[in-house]
Amino acid sequence: MAIDINKVETIIGEHGKDENDLIQAMLAIQEEFHYLPPEALEKISEQLNVPMIRIYQVAAFYKVFSLEPRGKHIITVCNGTACHVRGSSMLVDQVDRVLKIGPGETTEDLQFTLEEVNCLGCCAIGPVMTIDNKYYGNMSVSKVERVINKYVEKEVVADD
Amino acid sequence: MTEQITPVELEKQRNHILSARDASKPTIMVCGGTGCLALESDKVAEALKKAIQDQGVDAKVELKTTGCPGFCEQGPLVVVHPEKIFYTHVKPKDAKDIISETITNGKVVDRLLYTDPITEKKVLYEQDIPFYKQQTRVLLKNSGIIDPEKIEDYIAVDGYKAVSKALFEMTSEQVLEEVKKANLRGRGGAGFPAAIKWELCRKEKSDQRYIICNADEGDPGAFQDRGIIEGNPHSILEGMILGAYAIGASKGYIYIRHEYPLAVKMIKQAIVQAREYGFLGNNILGSDFSFDLEVQLGAGAFVCGEETAMMASVEGRVGEPRTRPPYPAQKGLWGKPTNINNTKTWAWVPHIINNGADWFASIGNEKNRGTMIFSLVGKVNNTGLVEVPMGISIHDLIEGIGGGVPKGRKLKAVQTGGPSGGCIPESMFDLPMDYDSLREAGSIMGSGGVIVMDEDTCMVDVARYFLEFCKFESCGKCNACREGVKRMWEIVDYISRGYGEEGDIELLEELAHAVKIGSLCGLGQTAPNPVLTTIKYFRDEYEAHIRDKTCPAGVCKALITFEIIADNCPGCTLCARYCPVEAISGEKGKPHVIDESICIRCGVCRDVCNYNAVVVR
Repeated sequence: MAIDINKVETIIGEHGKDENDLIQAMLAIQEEFHYLPPEALEKISEQLNVPMIRIYQVAAFYKVFSLEPRGKHIITVCNGTACHVRGSSMLVDQVDRVLKIGPGETTEDLQFTLEEVNCLGCCAIGPVMTIDNKYYGNMSVSKVERVINKYVEKEVVADD
Repeated sequence: MTEQITPVELEKQRNHILSARDASKPTIMVCGGTGCLALESDKVAEALKKAIQDQGVDAKVELKTTGCPGFCEQGPLVVVHPEKIFYTHVKPKDAKDIISETITNGKVVDRLLYTDPITEKKVLYEQDIPFYKQQTRVLLKNSGIIDPEKIEDYIAVDGYKAVSKALFEMTSEQVLEEVKKANLRGRGGAGFPAAIKWELCRKEKSDQRYIICNADEGDPGAFQDRGIIEGNPHSILEGMILGAYAIGASKGYIYIRHEYPLAVKMIKQAIVQAREYGFLGNNILGSDFSFDLEVQLGAGAFVCGEETAMMASVEGRVGEPRTRPPYPAQKGLWGKPTNINNTKTWAWVPHIINNGADWFASIGNEKNRGTMIFSLVGKVNNTGLVEVPMGISIHDLIEGIGGGVPKGRKLKAVQTGGPSGGCIPESMFDLPMDYDSLREAGSIMGSGGVIVMDEDTCMVDVARYFLEFCKFESCGKCNACREGVKRMWEIVDYISRGYGEEGDIELLEELAHAVKIGSLCGLGQTAPNPVLTTIKYFRDEYEAHIRDKTCPAGVCKALITFEIIADNCPGCTLCARYCPVEAISGEKGKPHVIDESICIRCGVCRDVCNYNAVVVR
């Protein structure tokens, strides 16, 4: 997958100037592309003057980073304690049944990625699921497919 | 506002803002916190705006989006000031009625009022609702009143008054002494006196000192830092400016989770505004004190809540803890003296400088002063953020403010302190919620998460859940934590699947001890707490899993079966349609049955059933 290298340079320029800014620059790249493309990491290495081995070390350590391309839509199921006792693992199972992806996996058409997160801090309205940073509170197994379909349908409309 | 202002001009500004306001004019406050947003409060705000225009009452009413007033369970929340008429579960279609009835006709929209679940009576005003009535709101007082995106709103509620007072009427020693006298203990969980830490950092000889705000709220089930930052971001900045003045630091960082996008937006915006006003930057308010702040985003690593790991992360490195000493106060960020405090600790400082140490000491009990914010969640009627004096009993917190357990289920335990804390059984609910009492009971205060558990919660499953969390979050540096927690998880996982053996409990206890003493940082040292407390207080549940191969709470999948009660089942076919493995059969209009040999115990059938016909055996 080709990426816009000019965009990468602009993002790095906005978020970092030296090695201290490594994580912040990587977060911005991740935010833009939903993963860390190798070309972008090489640019970071060059512009912030950090060896590639340290960049891969950071990428492997922090949970938010992905070295693999991820879906256009990111589904996050909160598995914080409050959501857990209210049955969040059933939501994960249901997403798996609907889209055939487990936590950390991406659909073959690169439309959806499923992730589990420790806590989104919406414990009072758990279990909580988000798609592309839109929050869905008081979720239940029976609502999962309906919510996901909103994003599938949007796609069809856009293609027409 | 581009020119720097002096204390005199700040007061002028404040008076100007206040005099331009009409306190008797109705203001509609819509909660814009993450919780209510998830329930589409943004659409409610839009609908209200439209209704105001449509009905031509622009001049009669003001509309404001605020931070979180805390009662998330009842969201989206709309509160009409000055009377504080409290509307719950508001939908966009209700907007027209709120404007035409409440604003134009001065009447209340009955159907939107809160109903007390115990008395079943409607409650009109916020201050009369039991959830709010028994709270002492200091840090949360202004969340839900001010617009977090407007610095003028913060200035109007005495914002930055403490900075002006400290910089021009007090020496830095006096600021430190006041906080020391107040005995403000760190709100991050351990309860170490903040001013003692400040003093150590201040005494170190160095050309540069740093301070950090720990807003890496990683404990699952806790969201008070998010609540404060989203609702009142300037209070954190003001606290940090005061702390930096007392310590002699010129640069600060706010380390915040990237999982909190709204809070990140609010704090970044607040920093820009504070710079414009001259509260941050060179020569603050015209004094000779200079200080500036930067936001650093966490990248999803629980261990970064530990201070040495956090500093490594701020420096752009892998967040692994290191040995202490040297303590951060001696060798911190880039080897310079550094002081780290929790979000809530910083938020307390302006209040202490404004009102004095004696006032602070009058709240709470002797050793645990001030209030604490708890996030009351799990199996409890009134969930949300709750601010109460330190030392309130668990019983008062859960029954009084929380309104007890829903659906008439039986209360079993509370879990405090996140993955480092423990479970406290119902028999000990007279225990005061403070640092020392919780530690004696084998748990910790942590950052204030209180997760309520009822008879349907399996304590072995809870222990397994936290071990899985720590297994995943262990940074891997220490053997004891990396390997020990994993082995503990395996044992508990085996027990939960019916493979437990005699001697497993003792083995767990032995391993727990080894992990505690063999780990460098708090993560490993406290990871065994959930296991140890559940064994201590709920040993019989472990024994039921091991000896009888049953899960008394009906949670552990391998040990339960689902069954349809024929008498309750009208044969609506809903469960059969949702069953992912086609284990449910039956004719329409007749009771259905589950084929146990096919059933994967996912629980979908029970979740979708509208007749309570599916039970767990």
